[in-house]
Amino acid sequence: MAQIFHPSTNTLSRVTIFGALFLIIGLLWLLAQINRSPYVTDVNVVRAQPVPFSHQHHVSGIGIDCRYCHKSVENSSFAGIPSTSTCMNCHAHIWTNSEMLEPVRESFRTGRPLRWTRVHDLPDFVYFNHSIHVQKGVGCVTCHGRVDLMPLMRQAESLQMEWCLACHRAPARFVRPREHVFQMDWVPSIDQQDLGEELVRKYNIRVEQLTDCSICHR
Amino acid sequence: MKWNLKIVELIRPVQRFKTLKPFKSFKALAMLMLLAGGTTTGCRQQMADQPHARPLEPSGFFDDGMASRPVPPGTVPRGEEPGELLHPGKIAGKSAEQLPFAVTREVLARGQERYEIYCAPCHDRLGTGQGMVVRRGFPRAHSFHDPRLLEAPASHFFEVMTRGFGAMPSYAEALPPADRRAVIAYIRALQLSRNVRLADLPPEDQEKLRSIK
Ligand code: HEC
Ligand code: HEC
Ligand code: HEC
Ligand code: HEC
Ligand code: HEC
Ligand code: HEC
Repeated sequence: MAQIFHPSTNTLSRVTIFGALFLIIGLLWLLAQINRSPYVTDVNVVRAQPVPFSHQHHVSGIGIDCRYCHKSVENSSFAGIPSTSTCMNCHAHIWTNSEMLEPVRESFRTGRPLRWTRVHDLPDFVYFNHSIHVQKGVGCVTCHGRVDLMPLMRQAESLQMEWCLACHRAPARFVRPREHVFQMDWVPSIDQQDLGEELVRKYNIRVEQLTDCSICHR
Repeated sequence: MKWNLKIVELIRPVQRFKTLKPFKSFKALAMLMLLAGGTTTGCRQQMADQPHARPLEPSGFFDDGMASRPVPPGTVPRGEEPGELLHPGKIAGKSAEQLPFAVTREVLARGQERYEIYCAPCHDRLGTGQGMVVRRGFPRAHSFHDPRLLEAPASHFFEVMTRGFGAMPSYAEALPPADRRAVIAYIRALQLSRNVRLADLPPEDQEKLRSIK
């Protein structure tokens, strides 16, 4: 009886089986890469805003502290977005003819809110709280990057679960003395690991429970 | 009140469902469906954007469309003495000359911190009125070291922070009464720093100063 399959089918079937395996692994890897890419995480994406507000001008140019505008960051989960009247504290008297500031003046005249578009947006099933991070010495710059150098606000980190966990597993690599939380260009004068471990003890950071699911999914 | 409190809203970006994005184009969708065997995260959308309002989000429930409600006029926050807000700067009906508490190192540290956040942009860190914003064209304030302000009672500073003064806006929203008093304590320390007599310093500091000369 003649052979149904030509001998080369052996090779072919091997290639298909292993090839498919590689293809699947490769595509899974690609999927993981896409999932971590700015395309999905929105890292460095600039959003259209009613006013092209520049942190660079206001923070490093004029030296305004974050808390002047983000008033509730120290004692609330929500950092706070400045009200129209906060802008008008200064802009009632300076740059009063600026085109760019017209939406602010209009909001002030009419009482209709300025509508800023969120740049950072966690899903609602995640609980995040600014005050605890500020009180335990996690600097704004650790999570938001060099805001003082951003002409337009963008997201510096992925905000994915693996990113939160990377710090929650070993906060000593990031914590700094409380008084330097708002300082953008602070660098530790001694080794970060030594300083971090000391501060974790001093601020009573309970590392063992920080990766419990219920910390962030309540 | 002249300065409206909360007029701001934070809306979510249009493309808010992050993991749904790869499904934007049909090709990507087909590819992913094939690969992931249909394990798409269909219910994620609702979980990620639940029907409750987060701070400052828009809301269709109220007429003005804002979920975070402005504080009704005349409301006194819990734990705050009504008198402090209704008659700022007055203690028992009289204009306060002095601060109604002992000025400790903690009070001064708090005062310094708040002063440098909320006042220094205009009044500068020394209180001379040449802050960065003034250098960019904001009207200039009198120096806190002017004889008139050295003489001014504590209540004057309290009133100015609470109600604003000329070109200066009110800082009542940013500074609760206790913080306003801490700031006054720190301004007093700034004023003293330029008018202190050598004999009033502790002996070590006198030594130090003499050695500089
Ligand atoms: C003069 C006021 C002002 C100061 C000072 C200021 N900000 Fe902002 N910040 C804003 C405004 C207005 C927005 C909203 C517009 C935008 O996203 O660009 C904002 C947005 C942000 C956002 C993004 C919010 C979102 O939508 O997700 C972050 C993060 C932020 N600020 C961090 C900081 C940090 C850190 C500092 C201190 C170094 C700081 N800001 C100082 C006014 C200010
Ligand atoms: C503490 C004072 C202060 C506050 C508060 C403030 N600004 Fe400014 N802003 C300034 C100064 C000073 C400049 C000029 C910057 C320069 O010359 O470098 C400026 C410049 C600007 C400009 C550029 C104007 C132009 O035509 O080039 C915009 C836009 C602006 N601010 C928006 C805002 C918004 C929006 C807010 C409220 C969230 C705000 N500012 C709050 C002081 C302030
Ligand atoms: C541990 C990381 C972390 C630190 C530290 C941190 N932030 Fe954030 N910030 C976030 C995350 C995550 C969000 C998005 C929150 C959300 O979507 O609910 C956010 C959002 C914001 C927003 C938008 C409003 C809001 O609360 O949703 C502002 C403004 C802001 N941060 C300012 C600051 C400032 C100022 C500091 C420094 C005091 C700071 N953040 C420190 C992680 C951090
Ligand atoms: C750079 C470090 C760092 C990052 C990044 C970070 N955290 Fe934290 N987080 C901390 C520290 C430190 C604490 C304080 C823990 C303590 O006091 O025991 C904390 C505490 C918390 C708490 C309160 C825990 C409690 O005991 O109730 C929550 C909730 C939280 N983090 C959520 C998040 C989420 C969500 C993210 C990501 C979006 C995040 N964190 C990213 C360092 C970080
Ligand atoms: C430090 C905070 C933190 C802790 C602890 C944490 N998560 Fe998460 N989790 C997050 C954040 C932030 C997201 C949203 C990620 C995103 O938007 O991509 C998330 C998303 C998720 C999702 C949805 C994933 C998706 O892409 O749809 C699941 C499921 C989840 N977490 C399960 C868990 C489980 C199970 C645990 C405990 C082992 C846990 N998480 C602990 C912060 C945390
Ligand atoms: C946006 C700039 C700005 C900020 C911030 C600011 N001030 Fe003023 N302040 C002024 C100006 C301008 C005047 C002068 C007003 C006038 O004479 O019309 C003034 C006047 C004053 C006066 C009255 C001086 C007098 O002549 O009797 C006091 C007191 C004062 N400020 C205290 C403060 C304190 C305390 C803070 C911080 C909570 C503060 N200011 C923040 C701009 C500012």
